[in-house]
Amino acid sequence: MSIQDLFVILPTLVVVVWALALLLVDAWIPKERKSLTAWLSAAGLALALGLALAQRGLSPLMAFQDMVVRDGFAVFLEIVFLSSGLVAIALAFDYLRRLRIEHGEYYPLLMISVAGMMLMAQANDLLIVFLALEMLSLPLYILTGIARPRLDSEEAALKYFLLGTFSSAFLLYGVALIFGATANTSLPGIVEAMAGVSATVPLFVAGATLLLVGFAFKVAAVPFHMWSPDVYQGAPSPVTGFMSVGVKAAGLAALLRVFLVAFPSLAAQLSPLVAALAVLSMVVGNLLAMAQTNMKRLLAYAGVASAGYLLMAFVPYGQGKMAGESVSAMLFYLVAYALTSFGAWAVVVALEQSEGRGLEIEEYAGLGFRYPWLAVPLVIFLLSYTGVPLTLGFWGKFYLFRVAVEGGYIGLALVGVLTSLFSAYYSLRVILRLYAVGTPQVQGQRWLTLLAVLLAILVVGLSFLPGPLLQAMGQAVLALP
Amino acid sequence: MNAWFHPLVLITFLPLFGLALLLLLDGRNERSLRWVALLTSLVTFGLAVWALLLDRQGALTELSLPWLRLGRLAVRFHLGADGISLLMVLLTTFLMPLALLSTWTAVQGERLKGFLALFLLLEVGMNGVFLALDLVLFYIFWEFTLVPMIFLIAIWGGERRIYAALKFFLYTMVGSVLLLVGILFVGLQVGSFDLPALIQNRATFAGAQTALFLAFGLAFAIKVPLWPLHSWLPDAHVEAPTAGSVILAGVLLKMGAYGFLRFNLPLFPQASQQLAPWMAGLAVVGILYGAGVAFAQKDWKKLVAYSSVSHLGFVMLGIFALTPQAVSGAVLQMVNHGLSTGALFLLVGMLYERRHTRELAAFGGLWKVLPVLSALALIVTLSSLAVPGLNGFVGEFNILAGAFNASALGNVWFAGLGTVGVILAAAYLLKMFEKVFLGPLVHEENRSLADLNIREVLTLLPIVVLVVAIGIYPQPIFDLISPAVERLLMLAAQP
Repeated sequence: MSIQDLFVILPTLVVVVWALALLLVDAWIPKERKSLTAWLSAAGLALALGLALAQRGLSPLMAFQDMVVRDGFAVFLEIVFLSSGLVAIALAFDYLRRLRIEHGEYYPLLMISVAGMMLMAQANDLLIVFLALEMLSLPLYILTGIARPRLDSEEAALKYFLLGTFSSAFLLYGVALIFGATANTSLPGIVEAMAGVSATVPLFVAGATLLLVGFAFKVAAVPFHMWSPDVYQGAPSPVTGFMSVGVKAAGLAALLRVFLVAFPSLAAQLSPLVAALAVLSMVVGNLLAMAQTNMKRLLAYAGVASAGYLLMAFVPYGQGKMAGESVSAMLFYLVAYALTSFGAWAVVVALEQSEGRGLEIEEYAGLGFRYPWLAVPLVIFLLSYTGVPLTLGFWGKFYLFRVAVEGGYIGLALVGVLTSLFSAYYSLRVILRLYAVGTPQVQGQRWLTLLAVLLAILVVGLSFLPGPLLQAMGQAVLALP
Repeated sequence: MNAWFHPLVLITFLPLFGLALLLLLDGRNERSLRWVALLTSLVTFGLAVWALLLDRQGALTELSLPWLRLGRLAVRFHLGADGISLLMVLLTTFLMPLALLSTWTAVQGERLKGFLALFLLLEVGMNGVFLALDLVLFYIFWEFTLVPMIFLIAIWGGERRIYAALKFFLYTMVGSVLLLVGILFVGLQVGSFDLPALIQNRATFAGAQTALFLAFGLAFAIKVPLWPLHSWLPDAHVEAPTAGSVILAGVLLKMGAYGFLRFNLPLFPQASQQLAPWMAGLAVVGILYGAGVAFAQKDWKKLVAYSSVSHLGFVMLGIFALTPQAVSGAVLQMVNHGLSTGALFLLVGMLYERRHTRELAAFGGLWKVLPVLSALALIVTLSSLAVPGLNGFVGEFNILAGAFNASALGNVWFAGLGTVGVILAAAYLLKMFEKVFLGPLVHEENRSLADLNIREVLTLLPIVVLVVAIGIYPQPIFDLISPAVERLLMLAAQP
């Protein structure tokens, strides 16, 4: 281990060390002043964010015997994860106190999960992928159940834990099979081992497929989405908001790197599978979202559909030149989705009352007239989910469809646009509800309103001038061996 | 010229400036809110007239700026106007202040600010649709017009407003999403979304013309609406507040017809030629069906709504006759319909404010009580049924005359059946006028109705003046549009 090794993982390292120290410090912070913990953890994430920003544009570097890599792709995603962490703290800040579930360990756990996600983006070895996956998941299992003794929270935590470990097992088995086929777990090593082999090795294909299943669990793609509505509903809303962005992004980060680096030769076998996952997610996610009456479940299914749209752009990943386009399009959509999703969850958090009240769409009636500063952003976020122009969601979907059409998958793009119609329906149903007659209850809205308005401005503003974002996307290239 | 002060940019985005002012104002100060919105729309109209004058001097330039790159494809901020676009922008900006005037007492209270803000947003979208020359930019404006309209219907609409808003949204979205795929396909084939570049290289996607024509055409046909895709229209029109109906009928429907002219004819010439008889056939069915259903209506607003289906059928017939005379007539008819149907909706709204009903049976003999309103209504009705000397006649005559000897349609049946539609229009419109304004005054409540006040006269008078002026001397409009029409038809004629 050299200094350079540490430099490569510096932002991640800062987050981990800070989180561990904070766990200790938190023991001396009195119970009624836990907001101090929140501020301290935000400071740690901000420091790491500064470091990650400073690492932009540097040439790719490997570390720890090539098990970890820092390239444009990793740095870009680190920035996304760290920002997500900051937003997640803002979401939780008032909420935890309001619902009397303010535990000091909340924030350090969140930070460790963020660190796991960051490591995921840097992983250049299947074992690191697995380690990162566990590191990001375990804190989330705990956070899901942190609203104890609320039963639905504990139930969700157990469900998430069981299904999560199940998917980890898939992933691990895939890693084992690939190791069996190639005697390697390092991504470049796998490519090297398979370079001379012309025929497809069944063991190798089976391993890659199992990895795909594992990642599909994490991004909640149909048919591996079953956990997501229940867990999203049961978990405390700020945790759900963080999950809906962070876990999805981390799963995609691993998918992109592992498949693009190690499995380009398997495109013929894997592309149809990815296409099937994409179609199923778009159709099922959007269809089921239409039937929901609970806002958290609706957003969960909207997230499932988003995973489908993202996977759609991944289908042509094997076509050489298209790989770069796929990555840019998916990262762009991911940012659009992150801003949109966090915004929507901010409004959900603002409206949630104790004992799960204030989460039904019915209870949103009248928000538009009484709290325009929450309602107008929510309208923007819902339109962005659907992909209506002048929101960032439009450009995101536009870019994804573009890649699908350019890759020759017009049928896939058609499924995408047609299922967007369903999303138009449920978005509009909620929007119209906002302007019906009713008296919604909103508490602790100062932070959340600020957050929602800020995100709404970003969602609309960046749609006018996506230049900076596209430029950042240009730097987010994968280092291919 | 500086890009910020380019006339087309100003026309498109000036309403946003008014919107910003609105947001800064106190929501309780209704008078200043109204005036800000009204003045903004008037200034926008002034800018449109300025652009027209510039165009007449040949000094109106296009504006094309790089906007963003997605991979190797660029989206440009490209605005430009020919005679047809200018006429549509003039129509939009002309109807806007009138629609706002009509809401002076109809919309009140704390929600007024939102109402006016949505209206100004709508104007941005509509002007953008008529001026955009980049397909993606066009699509953005096209989709964006939906959002304010949905809210106008869903918040200030009638009893079934939620249903109508959802239906309107979903219908339009069905078309739009296929349009998006079509745009993407075309753009990726050529490597640009810029309309002139696409027209130049249209041979690259000539193989998929028919499919593309249908993908683009579905979006436009729903908007027009072409029979049998019209069923959103009666609901949306009837439930929308008066000003919303005026803009919906006056401008939004024109966006569909405009889309056919601007994109389908020059981009997919062979498909346009081949499918012309089919489109014209649907148009004729629409003319007759709309007229027939309109005749059966008991609700005044529904009657006017179905008359739109019939009138827009004429427009579509004119476009797909593909002769200069018919297409010019169609473009003029787009304006005529905007004026006369817009005015009819205004009249319905004015009487609704007084009587809170739109049942034809609730009126009768109003001429005796409301002479001013009735006289204006007579002119508008006559314009709508195309009486010679008023604008409707010029448009429909040219459409039908052009369609009679159109080689694209092959036979005279289209025009012949369309002519029957003119007679049917007379039937339902005269029935409407007779039921509302003529005969004895049967309902006591109607005896005490107040005639139009100055504001209402000011709302209707500009339309009536134009109706007469175009009817007597339509030449300036033909001068404005014929170069553009001939250029489009030339493009549509070459394979």
